[in-house]
Amino acid sequence: MTRRTDFDRHGLSDEQLRSILRNMLMQRGLENRGFQLNRQGKIPFASASEGHEAVQAGAAMAFERGKDILVPYYRDLGLALGIGLTPYEVLLSLFARAADHSGGRQFLHHYASRRLGVQTISSVIAAQLPHAVGAAYALKLRGESGRAVLTTFGDGATSEGEWHESINFAAVHQLPIVFLCENNEWAISTPQRMQMAIKDIYRKAEGYGIPGAGVDGFDPIACYAAARDALNRARDGGGPTLLEAKCYRFLAHSTDDDDSAYRSREEVAERRKDDPVPKFERVLVGAGVMTPSAVEEMRTSILAEINDATDRAETMPYPRSDDLYAQVYGASYNPWQ
Amino acid sequence: MAIAAPSKVMTNVEAVRATLYDALKRDDRVLILGEDVGNRGNVFLITKGFIEEFGAERVIDTPIAEASIVGVAVGMAMEGLRPIAEIQFADFIYPAFNQIVGEAAKIRYRSNGEYTCPMVIRTPYGGGVRGALSHSISVEALFYHVPGLKIVAPSTPRDIKGLLNTAIEDPDPVMFLEHKRTYRLIKDEVPDEYFTIPLGKANVLKEGSALTVVSYGLNAHQALEAAQRLEGEGLSVEVIDLRSIRPMDRKAILDSLRKTHKLLVIHEDNKFGGIGAEISAMVAEEALFELDAPIRRLCGPDVPAMGYALPLEEEFMISTDRMAEVMREMVKY
Amino acid sequence: MTTTSTPATTGTLERYGLSDDQLRVILHTMLMQRQLDNRGFQLNRQGKIPFALGSEGHEAIQAGAAMAFIRGKDILAPYYRDLGLAVGIGFTPLEVLLSLFARAADHNGGRQFPNHYSSRRIGMMSFSSILAAQIPHAVGAAYALQYRKESGRAVLVTFGDGTTSEGEWHESMNFAAVHRLPIVFLCENNQWAISTPLSKQMGQPNICKRAEGYGMPGEQFDGFDPIVTYDVVNRAMQRARSGSGPSLVEGMCYRFLAHSTDDDDRTYRTREEVEVQRANDPVPRFERVLIENKIMTAEEIDALRKDVLREANEATDEAEAMPYPQASDLYTNVHEGAWEPWQ
Repeated sequence: MTRRTDFDRHGLSDEQLRSILRNMLMQRGLENRGFQLNRQGKIPFASASEGHEAVQAGAAMAFERGKDILVPYYRDLGLALGIGLTPYEVLLSLFARAADHSGGRQFLHHYASRRLGVQTISSVIAAQLPHAVGAAYALKLRGESGRAVLTTFGDGATSEGEWHESINFAAVHQLPIVFLCENNEWAISTPQRMQMAIKDIYRKAEGYGIPGAGVDGFDPIACYAAARDALNRARDGGGPTLLEAKCYRFLAHSTDDDDSAYRSREEVAERRKDDPVPKFERVLVGAGVMTPSAVEEMRTSILAEINDATDRAETMPYPRSDDLYAQVYGASYNPWQ
Repeated sequence: MAIAAPSKVMTNVEAVRATLYDALKRDDRVLILGEDVGNRGNVFLITKGFIEEFGAERVIDTPIAEASIVGVAVGMAMEGLRPIAEIQFADFIYPAFNQIVGEAAKIRYRSNGEYTCPMVIRTPYGGGVRGALSHSISVEALFYHVPGLKIVAPSTPRDIKGLLNTAIEDPDPVMFLEHKRTYRLIKDEVPDEYFTIPLGKANVLKEGSALTVVSYGLNAHQALEAAQRLEGEGLSVEVIDLRSIRPMDRKAILDSLRKTHKLLVIHEDNKFGGIGAEISAMVAEEALFELDAPIRRLCGPDVPAMGYALPLEEEFMISTDRMAEVMREMVKY
Repeated sequence: MTTTSTPATTGTLERYGLSDDQLRVILHTMLMQRQLDNRGFQLNRQGKIPFALGSEGHEAIQAGAAMAFIRGKDILAPYYRDLGLAVGIGFTPLEVLLSLFARAADHNGGRQFPNHYSSRRIGMMSFSSILAAQIPHAVGAAYALQYRKESGRAVLVTFGDGTTSEGEWHESMNFAAVHRLPIVFLCENNQWAISTPLSKQMGQPNICKRAEGYGMPGEQFDGFDPIVTYDVVNRAMQRARSGSGPSLVEGMCYRFLAHSTDDDDRTYRTREEVEVQRANDPVPRFERVLIENKIMTAEEIDALRKDVLREANEATDEAEAMPYPQASDLYTNVHEGAWEPWQ
């Protein structure tokens, strides 16, 4: 096998590249598992991030675990996995088991983990962004250079007042934070042109006085490079950046949504041709980083891992009824006052 | 009525849809704005097909920005339109708090009547649908403290039609809270013709003599079912569906209490500072010596939200069995 | 881009089609604004009113913008530092004084703070003291115009620099851009939000640059120059009226006084800074422009100043003699019809 010479790996080792692919395949596999479990009636709800694999696996590779802080949104399975959340933890979330990080309180894909530095989020769009800015302020105030916050959101979130207020605050204080927009062109049924009157979200950056950059969100290496540069600038005291990764939401918003009501199958099929997962497989095979059979093996091992995680999580107990009353305040509390 | 008027059986969600449809048809000042109300036809398909029939100008898919959904509707209302703003889930209403509480509720008052704000804010609320922390909240108590707002929480398809018609015609801002568990659960006859039900008029769902139960929304249906069970045991319970939380039909509550001398208030929203607290205080002020037993409130617990896992949701929601049990205790008190 | 100041002392005055009469009206508005502002402070010092808030430094921007507003057609959604705009579009000095004195005959019946004017008659929407809260209303009003196909009408909405930090500002700009609404967003950038300077308000100093991020045109101009202001706002309003969508225009001005009578600006900015800005005071500057271009003589301006003072005095006397609202007026206009406030 010959190595492609035009392959710009932005300093990523073969191992890192394989790890990116593994992450992308794991993301897709776990999401399919969510849909399967929903169809089997085992979980009431599932949602997916198909089309976001490249941006998430790439950005995750730029994240320094143990140092950086991630403030994600609800379509960030790949980011969570990429920075260390285990498939088993994902399945606990899907099944809403007691051993889940939120004790089965949160909707699926609302991951939080102190261990990994992932802040807790709600389903309310853009509500996490001011928290991310606050976290970045804390890093700056304590002089913890070399650390940064990565926060993510979709295109629809940019319309929220809290998005604007957050970016403005971060810009005024030159905080160590990267705002990564995963622009998948659809906010449930609302297309980008109904969401805003511009095409390139990253161009909003100038109005805040911070750098902005757009990147091909179907290319994990480009996403890695863009996130790495922005995070490095943040870690070095260079202030915030607005990154926009252009990707696509291949599936409906969730199992409760039917996207054929608002977008054509042709549009989806057209975008599917550019699916970042097989595309990146081809890149790695073409560059001689992996053989097709190595990719196959990886896929098989991922499925085994997911099956194992599913079995383990499913047998775990639900939270108990009286867990509803814990953690309202720091001290014990009577909920029936 | 001697001759039955033409009617259709519909669910709560169909009643919302039919009423909105009629309003758009009837009055070209009426328009709907919210997230996914257009091409998707609302996440519960309430407005499905509206955009094709009434156009994107009257069925507006807004950016994801709740403060402006309400705020833009306020401006439309101030300039002669009759906007119906939709907040996709009540849990998403917090960013719009300023526009609802600080602006909409005060437009008439602060301009001394020179400007008014005739608008409706519709939102689905409530749990029992595995909605977890951010798709299950009840918000009525957060807003019922606010003079200038009216708050409706209907329980049946017929009430939805009559009250939503009233809300749309109302010269002031009305919050219209739809319990989403009732959307497809509750079905009933709804007259085809246009009709209204006044705000501030409760509905006695069942007459009884030994206990007054006041509720609204999903819980009103459960309370009725529990009261019917008790009827079989020879225990007579009166069930009042408030329908409108602000203005509140104080007279209906007091009249019933003067007959039964016992009061139970049931609501899913948490107990502390809830609607039941207001009703209890009102009764203590107006009719303390009518009471033969302490007032009781059967409500959601004082925790921030119900969880996603089934046991957490079930623990939060009030079961019909539990209602029957408390009613039994009170009748026998 | 920044439209620079009219060359006041060289060559011919670029008057953008404004007649001598209109130029004199602009000066009248500016003088009236300053006079009424001063009157508020005087009445406050005399203990006759509890609060006053000045707009000194905003005279040019407001008088110029008011000239671009078509009364009876356009809608104004102002903020609380817009005395000159209100006066410029037809709010009378008596109405201003009724607001200062919180009299029953005030448009809002003495309910609102001073300078929170509204009037159906002149198309000026009611607003609160909450920053940016009026901006979505303005957008809704513009939507109503577009929806009813009332072309030839537009909404002018104003705000200070601080307001651009609010989420509702952002949401409103975005909504207006998506629907290409007939609205002009006029920022009166006076560089101070109470004690917060622009540098702590945003990460770059040009608010107009944000326009591009919403997909609308943005233009910055010298807000000490009423003629330039008129031109910029007029072009933007024409664009809006003719269906070409929203604009963001930013007039650079300065807040010469403290935020209000309850504020002492010496705690947060130097006297030198204020002096430097004061040297460019738009009122005497515009007087010089009119004199140098032989539109008015110094004597005529003096006479105008006296007229304005007399008008302000008359309005003060008349308003002061008017009754307060009655205590029971507290309970009206909560909803339409009767309301039981003691339920």
